[in-house]
Amino acid sequence: MATVESTRLNVFKTYKLYVGGKFPRSESGRVYEVTDSKGKWLANAPLSSRKDARDAVVAARKAFGGWSGATAYNRGQILYRIAEMLEGRREQFVREVGEAEGLSKSKAAAVVDAAIDRWVWYAGWTDKIGQIVGGANPVAGPFFNLSTPEPTGVVTVVAPQDSSFLGLISVIAPVIATGNTAVVITSEKSPLPALSLGEVLATSDLPGGVVNILSGKAAEMGPHLASHQDVNAIDLAGADAALAKELEIAAADNLKRVLRPQPVDDWSADPGTSRMTAFLETKTVWHPTGSLGSGGSSY
Amino acid sequence: MPTTLTAFADVTTSDSALRRFLHGLPGVDAVGLEARAAALGTRSIKTTAKAYAIDLAISMIDLTTLEGADTPGKVRALSAKAVNPDPTDRTTPMTAAVCVYPDMVATAKAALNGADVKVASVATAFPAGRAALPVKLADTHDAVAAGADEIDMVIDRGAFLAGRYLETYELIKAVKEACVRPDGTAARLKVIFETGELSTYDNIRRASWIGMLAGADFIKTSTGKVGVNATPANTLLMLEAVRDFKEQTGIQIGVKPAGGIRTTKDAIKFLVLVNETVGEDWLSNHWFRFGASSLLNDLLMQRQKLSTGRYSGPDYVTVD
Amino acid sequence: MASLFEYAPAPESRSVVDIAPSYGLFIDGEFVDAADGKVFKTVSPSSEEVLSEVAQAGAADVDRAVKAARKAFVTWSALPGSERAKYLFRIARIIQERSRELAVLETLDNGKPIKETRDADLPLVAAHFFYYAGWADKLDHAGYGANPRPLGVAGQVIPWNFPLLMLAWKIAPALATGNTVVLKPAETTPLTALFFADICRQAGLPKGVVNILTGYGDAGAALVEHPDVNKVAFTGSTAVGKAIARQIAGTDKKVTLELGGKGANIVFDDAPIDQAVEGIVNGIFFNQGQVCCAGSRLLVQESIHDELLDSLKRRLSTLRLGDPLDKNTDIGAINSAEQLARITALAETGEAEGAERWSPACELPSSGYWFAPTLFTNVTQAHTVARDEIFGPVLSVLTFRTPDEAVAKANNSQYGLSAGIWTEKGSRILAVANKLRAGVVWANTFNKFDPTSPFGGYKESGFGREGGRHGLEGYLAPSNPKGER
Repeated sequence: MATVESTRLNVFKTYKLYVGGKFPRSESGRVYEVTDSKGKWLANAPLSSRKDARDAVVAARKAFGGWSGATAYNRGQILYRIAEMLEGRREQFVREVGEAEGLSKSKAAAVVDAAIDRWVWYAGWTDKIGQIVGGANPVAGPFFNLSTPEPTGVVTVVAPQDSSFLGLISVIAPVIATGNTAVVITSEKSPLPALSLGEVLATSDLPGGVVNILSGKAAEMGPHLASHQDVNAIDLAGADAALAKELEIAAADNLKRVLRPQPVDDWSADPGTSRMTAFLETKTVWHPTGSLGSGGSSY
Repeated sequence: MPTTLTAFADVTTSDSALRRFLHGLPGVDAVGLEARAAALGTRSIKTTAKAYAIDLAISMIDLTTLEGADTPGKVRALSAKAVNPDPTDRTTPMTAAVCVYPDMVATAKAALNGADVKVASVATAFPAGRAALPVKLADTHDAVAAGADEIDMVIDRGAFLAGRYLETYELIKAVKEACVRPDGTAARLKVIFETGELSTYDNIRRASWIGMLAGADFIKTSTGKVGVNATPANTLLMLEAVRDFKEQTGIQIGVKPAGGIRTTKDAIKFLVLVNETVGEDWLSNHWFRFGASSLLNDLLMQRQKLSTGRYSGPDYVTVD
Repeated sequence: MASLFEYAPAPESRSVVDIAPSYGLFIDGEFVDAADGKVFKTVSPSSEEVLSEVAQAGAADVDRAVKAARKAFVTWSALPGSERAKYLFRIARIIQERSRELAVLETLDNGKPIKETRDADLPLVAAHFFYYAGWADKLDHAGYGANPRPLGVAGQVIPWNFPLLMLAWKIAPALATGNTVVLKPAETTPLTALFFADICRQAGLPKGVVNILTGYGDAGAALVEHPDVNKVAFTGSTAVGKAIARQIAGTDKKVTLELGGKGANIVFDDAPIDQAVEGIVNGIFFNQGQVCCAGSRLLVQESIHDELLDSLKRRLSTLRLGDPLDKNTDIGAINSAEQLARITALAETGEAEGAERWSPACELPSSGYWFAPTLFTNVTQAHTVARDEIFGPVLSVLTFRTPDEAVAKANNSQYGLSAGIWTEKGSRILAVANKLRAGVVWANTFNKFDPTSPFGGYKESGFGREGGRHGLEGYLAPSNPKGER
């Protein structure tokens, strides 16, 4: 930029939260400085409060009925649309991820490409996971018996601290692909790709409230979300051991499903299905089959 | 129509009204019904309870012969057995009735010689029921005139399955009138649905209601002439129907499972169904019957076992 | 009950079971005394007769048992699945052979009717072992990756309501997947687990693969906390389940919890009424209502409320309460004095809060722990008896007007284990089943169980599933560890 002769000033972006399909500032009015990997100031990000977290849960709960009730095909189309929108803003994310994670342009591009492809992967899963993990059970009696996976509900996601974009998408996508709604605490250090993702989600036909993105401190918001009685599950991917234990204890208050932090060497590896099944309930429905006639088996 | 039935007067004004009513009855879940019947079948009836049940079952038998080969000799033998089921034990109760074709009613009546055993006669072109109405009524009149105490009629399953419910209702009503004797008394009317041909439990419930609304004194499962006859499940369903009917009208109707009940164990299962579904109001042969023939000998052998402690054998009961 | 046709007593013979005056803990293939020599008595809840005296495990015994299980794990997990399968098949067969003995024993120790132990518990126990036996050499095909691995030592704590069945639900999948087990039965029902230990010996199961620790909650807590336990499986109260979830926080222990419930049994106006009445009775009076998935909330469409209640009351009047060993008994004893007191207190709360209480005329035996079948009508969502799990033969009756309202009320609970739907309209069943937040939905039936059918709850009813292919998951680690799980 230094070489540009124009005297025109850049327009800075005000990074805002993404809650209920809207872009609010933190209700607390607080921000914190976000720097690149070398310590250069990039932007001020909202320092979300527990009240922001509370509002996000309300938004996520409100969105749950519609999102979980949408057809799997429709969810798949929307997840694919997210990939399309990201592809169109690829350059922006390459820059943001490069700055956030200190990656060269080519490495950052590889990360963004992997992140886009991850949406495509999960877009295809929406209408297949039920066939993989559900099915008819051959019970010993005159009953039709079917097990179906259903979304757990509102999931709090503590996003990975280091992998601010691919890691983030790798934990959000499986949660919403299966019909859950999410309250996401971004990487504290590198929240900007996540906050920009909100802008992509908002233009991808994703109903407001399905994903809610909060920048700030996991240690500050986490306990309130972990103990929140209207949150059904928590993914501790980005929590350190001490915080993970604290949040797991708090999560026991209403027996949230807890996905403990797992060491991940390579976020670009085949993710498998376990991040989806972690936030699925199995519902099993029985119904008598009966006989065609009153003679029963003698017919 | 009895005054207590006026609540249902509108139901039988037209075919469509009757259809609406019948199809508005609660549905029957086959698996649940059969499971309930099977569960009651696990009751363990021992010692004094068993003795009571055996005597009750004997007293509820419509001892039946409905063969083309029936002769006066056969009917006389059957009648003698009905009056005196176990020649070695005079405390054995008599059966409720003998059940014969109309042309054998007079023979049976004479053979019974005033004993307290009814003569039941099948009628209405038994067992298929495929004859013109005047023929069915004549059949009934003949049996009543010959002295039948009870008439076991069959419904026209073809009419029922074709949805001509009102015709089925009118048939039963007409036969009921044909049961009236010149002196104003009437033979009791048992209405056979041939549940095996109606096939579904929903149909059995609907047929039960048609029969009850039309004035049946008994509703009866089967002729004994088709593949599926009385079962615990279809009998339970009919017991539920008479229970509901009594609750809504105050009118008590009897139930008669017929066909396929051959052992004491089976008979006791049916009595448990009665006991736990409609209760002691139905625990007499005025309200519950077994249409059976070979059942009697098994009951008699079990009865002998209870009184002597020895297992009995077929040579110690009479062959008819 | 009709007086004309009184059923003579028909007791199942007690002589088929030989209960020893005392039992030890089953550790490493041997029956041993507790380290501190403590014992406790187990009584028959229907008579308060002392049945036997059993060792009371403490922390030292837990440690000893976990060590034995750890040692056994090395060889057991290395055994080909096809060999593990045959041990489980042997166990299933021996259970079938000894099922009458075990049924009588369970009825004596638990208080539930012989009709249930004979026709429900024991057949399901054998079937469960038979089912998971078949999985042992097919785990590659179970959908958890190629060559999934066992976790190690499973610490399992089970309740008193289905003692042997809950044991089967825990042990069968654990062994099939190559784990070894330390299991603690409930303190009021230790005997069938100890007889199961004998069955393990008869089957020639290697020492230490199954260890049984009789004892109280402190032993259960010590087991859950033991650092060398890799898997915790618990069935019991939600309060204890939460405590366990806190205990294992921050560890690598995998956990499955099967906890409380307040199941809604929804009856629509077009239900098959006679079968619905049976389903309601079965839903709340099976095992004296001491069932986590009991249909303890009856939601009945307002338009048929009176009619249904009349039918239900008539039906309740035919229930036969009494000697659990009598083959004609429908309602047995409450499992313990403590549980009886809890049920009694909650029922009193129901009355105090203005709900209308009804029980059929019903004579309770003079000794033992008994509670008459009880209905509460005029109950609203605000009543304690509509919210708290009573775990007894107490049914709360509420009404609704529309399917939406039925679903909203059914889901308005901290629990989400079971629900029932009664209607003849197929599309309504599917729509309502889809909206219910419950792990098991019975449509036009209730309280049906099968080893192939996954069982477990939403929300505070716990997590993980037991039964079926799903039941393997809680005992397996994925083969490749790269961020899987």
